[in-house]
Amino acid sequence: MAVKFPIFMDSNSTTPVDPRVLEAMIPYFTERFGHPGSRNHSFGWEAEAGMERAREQLARLIGARDPKELVWTSGGTEADNLAIKGVVEMYREKGDHIVTTVTEQRAVLDPCRRLEKQGVARVTYLPVDAMGVVDPDAVRKAITDRTVLVSIMLANNEIGTIQAVQELSKAAKERGVLFHTDATEAVGKIPVDVEKMGIDLLSCTAHKIYGPKGIGALFVRRRNPRVRLAPMIDGGGHERGARSGTVPVALAVGFGRAAEICREVMSEESARLAQLRDRLQDRILSSVDEAYLNGHPERRLPHTLNISFAYVEGESILMGLNKEVALSSGSACTSSTLEPSYVIQALGVGADLAHSSIRYGLHRVTTDDEVDFVGDRTIDVVKRLREMSPLYELAKEGVDIKSIQWKAE
Amino acid sequence: MAYSDKVIDHYSNPRTVGSFGKDTPGLGTGLVGAPECGDVMKLQIKVNLDTGVIEDAKFKTFGCGSAIASSSLATEWLKGKSVDDALKIKNTDIVNELKLPPVKIHCSVLAEDAIKAAIRDFQEKWAEKQAVAAQAQK
Repeated sequence: MAVKFPIFMDSNSTTPVDPRVLEAMIPYFTERFGHPGSRNHSFGWEAEAGMERAREQLARLIGARDPKELVWTSGGTEADNLAIKGVVEMYREKGDHIVTTVTEQRAVLDPCRRLEKQGVARVTYLPVDAMGVVDPDAVRKAITDRTVLVSIMLANNEIGTIQAVQELSKAAKERGVLFHTDATEAVGKIPVDVEKMGIDLLSCTAHKIYGPKGIGALFVRRRNPRVRLAPMIDGGGHERGARSGTVPVALAVGFGRAAEICREVMSEESARLAQLRDRLQDRILSSVDEAYLNGHPERRLPHTLNISFAYVEGESILMGLNKEVALSSGSACTSSTLEPSYVIQALGVGADLAHSSIRYGLHRVTTDDEVDFVGDRTIDVVKRLREMSPLYELAKEGVDIKSIQWKAE
Repeated sequence: MAYSDKVIDHYSNPRTVGSFGKDTPGLGTGLVGAPECGDVMKLQIKVNLDTGVIEDAKFKTFGCGSAIASSSLATEWLKGKSVDDALKIKNTDIVNELKLPPVKIHCSVLAEDAIKAAIRDFQEKWAEKQAVAAQAQK
């Protein structure tokens, strides 16, 4: 089969809307456009029915007992903000301490930093090991009498490492502390069960599971314990007062349909993508020396592969590929902050290898041929760039690059 | 961020990639930047010891496309220039030629640093010999 260009292999950033999802959404833009809060006419009833059905579909995907436990938000970022700021505000009589990790998404880290700056909360940022895993005992040690929330992501969006959430939430529960997880990268890709995993709050988003951009959800446990939240957006009291603002029903319907499809195809799709991921990894690692896998070799997402190529810089690799392939890098040059990926650096690999990392994000319509093409092109580009790399030259001459006194800018 | 055509051209067809032998007469080597910062440039010049003109220049760069293009352009410009004229190359010249956006200006700064470091190295190693040669000619 011929490969169609450009190839999209950046599914950790976003995914295309599944045509079945779009089909489900369209009537809610045009014919069933009512406000779900309109209680006295059929337009409102229809919209409400569509929205509630979507809530049920999403509840089933994450194992929530009651669809009412889901609050629509504008996306994963808002869900994270609501969970963290909402808990801190609501439980300030109890305490003011948050435990999280250094490899969280910015949507978790930045609200924490803001609360610290405001003097509202104190935050412990736990380290991860070389594979990106958080130690449950470290959580136990970090919790104090003042801790109100533990927030640890289910799976990392850059390296794909999956945390032992069940053990982490247990550590929080032992001390009666609420457990939040940012599951934006995991939901729809691997089995998630808020009951079995002991999750009190869970953030997820539609656009990473072949749904539309602009809608996400926060799971808020209603029983054992009943979690209470201070709202971040005040207004008409929608979503049981947790999040005011008219729900974009068409987007919610799309999210629900996307969740339903994921539930149906997950086991087959994950197995297929994991096989493709391994194929891509083997192809690259067997042809390129000093290329390193970032993340956990087993406990990782099926669709995510992250590799650092020593002696070459990530953005220059992407530049050699971007006519044909859309990928992402942890290089500083691809970020707005001009800092290399803090996630890769947290693994202890050194900033130079963080600059050299490439992330491959496979998805529903990724083919074998695409994977082979991207693997081969990566190998070509890395080899070409190494020929012009002074670091590779020094290494080949037997010089230890770390022994050189670099004059940093 | 889209790249300018000139950056793409230098990245795709770098002009003078390579290294000179360590014992090349008139050789000056500049190695600037740091791996942790994501940019390292090695720029070498080969100066004619009789005329003081840069006969050849080569580079190797670890860095983004703009860093590669900046060093490629620098080596292209250095060829045929006297050492004194080479010192007049400014990072802003590189910015203008390659149409670098603000976030990539540091690439041009590094290229200017590399030129200066290579010339300094040349002067330290060869200036004395050059002076002796000039003396002998008289």
